[in-house]
Amino acid sequence: MKIHEYQGKQIFAKYGIPVPKGYPAFSTEEAETCAKRLIDETGIPVVVVKAQIHAGGRGKGGGVKVVKDGPKKAREIADSLLGMQLVTHQTGPGGQKVRRLYIEQGLDIARELYLGMVVDREKKRIAIMASTEGGVEIEKVAAETPEKILTEHLDPALGLGGWQARKLAYGLEIGKGSPKPKETVKQFADVVSRLGKLFEKEDCSLLEINPLVVTKGGDVIALDSKINFDSNAEGRHAEWKELEDKDEEDAVELEAKEAGLSYINLDGDIGCLVNGAGLAMSTMDIIKHFGGEPANFLDVGGGATKEQVHKAFKIILHSDDVKGIFVNIFGGIMKCDVIAEGVVAAAKEIGLSVPCVVRLEGTNVELGKKILSESGLKIVPASTMADGAQKIVGLVRGS
Amino acid sequence: MSILINKNTRVIIQGITGSAGSFHAKQCVAYGTQVVAGCTPGRGGETFEAEGPGGKKVTIPVFDTMADAVRQTGGDASCIFVPALGAADSILEAADAGCRLVICITEGIPVVDMIRARRALEGKNVRLVGPNCPGVITPGECKIGIMPGHIHRPGKIGVVSRSGTLTYEAVGQLTALGIGQSTCVGIGGDPVNGTDFIDVLKMFNEDAGTEGVIMIGEIGGNAEERAAEYIKAHFKKPVAGFIAGTTAPPGKRMGHAGAIISGGKGTAKDKIAALTAAGVKVAPTPSDMGATLKSML
Repeated sequence: MKIHEYQGKQIFAKYGIPVPKGYPAFSTEEAETCAKRLIDETGIPVVVVKAQIHAGGRGKGGGVKVVKDGPKKAREIADSLLGMQLVTHQTGPGGQKVRRLYIEQGLDIARELYLGMVVDREKKRIAIMASTEGGVEIEKVAAETPEKILTEHLDPALGLGGWQARKLAYGLEIGKGSPKPKETVKQFADVVSRLGKLFEKEDCSLLEINPLVVTKGGDVIALDSKINFDSNAEGRHAEWKELEDKDEEDAVELEAKEAGLSYINLDGDIGCLVNGAGLAMSTMDIIKHFGGEPANFLDVGGGATKEQVHKAFKIILHSDDVKGIFVNIFGGIMKCDVIAEGVVAAAKEIGLSVPCVVRLEGTNVELGKKILSESGLKIVPASTMADGAQKIVGLVRGS
Repeated sequence: MSILINKNTRVIIQGITGSAGSFHAKQCVAYGTQVVAGCTPGRGGETFEAEGPGGKKVTIPVFDTMADAVRQTGGDASCIFVPALGAADSILEAADAGCRLVICITEGIPVVDMIRARRALEGKNVRLVGPNCPGVITPGECKIGIMPGHIHRPGKIGVVSRSGTLTYEAVGQLTALGIGQSTCVGIGGDPVNGTDFIDVLKMFNEDAGTEGVIMIGEIGGNAEERAAEYIKAHFKKPVAGFIAGTTAPPGKRMGHAGAIISGGKGTAKDKIAALTAAGVKVAPTPSDMGATLKSML
C-alpha cells in the first residue's frame, strides 16, 4: 500500500525525523492560505508547491514548483497543478491526475543525499542504503555506479547499531562542507536509527528519502518521503484506512481486492480466471506463447467460493477489450464443481458474448465438466493448459 | 527413499480447530499421515475425530501448548494453519517445543514478522518450510499440507516449487506420464521464507531415492539464480525447470508477496538464462514440465 509524501512526512515527524514545515492543500484557496501561513510562521519568503501523487519523478515531470513571489503566486501555481495529468517515469504515458498539493517552506540546500530501506530477500534482513547521489533515480545509480551506494543490514534482535549509522555518515562524508560537521554527523546518525525503528514498527515494505538534504546551516532534513506499507500487516494498522487514497488506485483492481481476488489489469484481449498465483502467471505466459495477449492476471485463490468466481467473471467482462476468456483451474483445495457453478451462474447473468474455454483438473473434475456441458452455454472444454491456450487464441484470433 | 518426511513422521497440527486446519487435518489423516496431536490455545483436553485410510477411526488429542503436545505424543513435525498475524509466533512455539520440521501453510504473514522469526531460528536445529506454501508430500507415505493427495504417485522424481497450483500441474503431468515422485516440496511464495531452492536441492542430491528434479520458480528475488549456481557446481542429477511470469509487468505484485519485478531485477528472462546456463532444461510452457523432465531421463 502506498501513501502520499505529506502523509509520510507526518509519520516522520511522529518519530522525530526532521522535515520542513508544510501543509496539505486540496484547493487553490487552501494553497494560498497555507502559503501565507507558512511565510508568516517561518519568516522565509520561499515556499514550494508539490503535487501529491503515488509516483516518483514528480520534480522532473513538472509537479514541484518553487514560489518566491508570495501567496498569490502560490495560488496561481496551485491552479495550474490541480487537475493536471502529471506524467513521470513511474506513471505510464497517461499520467496521474493531481488532486492534492503539499505546500512546504523553502530551504537553503547545501547537499542532496539518498536514504532508502528495503527488505533484502537473500539476507532475510532489512537493508538500509545511503548514497551521495541524492535527488536522482537511485536505480540509475545502482546500475551505473553501484560503489556509490553504501548498505547496512538491520539485525532484528538488536535494531540498527549506532556504529552502523556512523559508518554510513562517515562513508558519505556527511560533515564535509558543514559549518558544524560533528553536529551534522550526529543528526544524520539520529535520522538513520529512527528510520530503522519506524520501518519495523509501521510495517513498511519500502521507505525512501530522496533527497535527504544537508542545509547550508549543517542541519539534516528529510525533503521528500516515500513509504510503502506491507499489505499483509493491514490487520494490525487500523490507521491505514485513513491514509488510503482510492483515487490513486485502479478502480477495477480495487473492486477485485474488496472481493478478495488478486487482479491486475493488462493490455491484451484474452481474460484469464485461474486459481493460484503461479498458475495464473503461467497461464498468461502460455497464452502469449501461442500468439495471444493476456488481458489480466486473476487469481481466485485457493479456497474461492462460488460467489467469488461469479465476481471474478464479472470483473473480467468489465472491459470491452476482452474478446475471449480462458478459465484454467487445477483444483487442489478448490472443487471443480464449485468453479463450474460460479462460471455458469456468471455467464448466464451477464450473457456470454465472447468465446470461453474452460480447463478443469483435480477434485470433482467429472462433476464440474458435467455442470458445464449441461448448462446450455457455449463453453469449449480443454484437456490441458496448452490445449486450452491454443483453443482460446484460435477462437479470438479467428473471430 | 524420500526427503524431509516419511511414513514414520509424527505430525502435530497447529490451529487444528480452525476451519482450514480441521479440513486439512482430516485430509492428511485420510491420506495415511500419522497426525498425533493438535494444538489450539484454550482447547486443550478436547479430541479431534478423523478417519484414516479404509475409514479407520482416529482420535487426535488437542493441547493448549506445543510443549505439551510434543512431550505427550512425541510429535516431531508441525503443520501451521494459524491466522497470519499469529503464525510467526506459532513457528517459534513449534521450534521451542522441539519439532525438527515446521511447515507453515499460512498466507499473508507480515514480512517484518518473518524476518524476526528467521533471526530467532538461527542456530536452532529446526527446518522451516514456507510460509505461504502447499506443504510437503512423500507420496504413499506422508502428506503434510493442502495438496490434493490423489494426483501423486510414489516414485523417483523430486519436485520443488514456489507455487502451489503450479506444483500440482507438474505432478499431474508426471503422474499422467507414468512417472512417480519421491518428495514434493512447496517452499512458498513469500519474499522471506524458511527453506529455499538450494536447501531442497542439497537434500535431493543426497537422496538415493531421487533420480531427477523438477524445479519451479517465478519472478521476483534471485533465489533461482542462486540455485542455478549451486546446480552448476554441485548437482549430480537431471533438472527440468520452469519459471512463471514471463509476461508479468514490472512493479506489480503478482498474487504472491514475493512475485514482483523491482528495479529491473527478478525477471523471468534472467532466471531462465541462469538456469539454462547451469544445464537445467527449462520447459517452454507450463504444459511441458513433465515431458521436459522425461526427455532427460
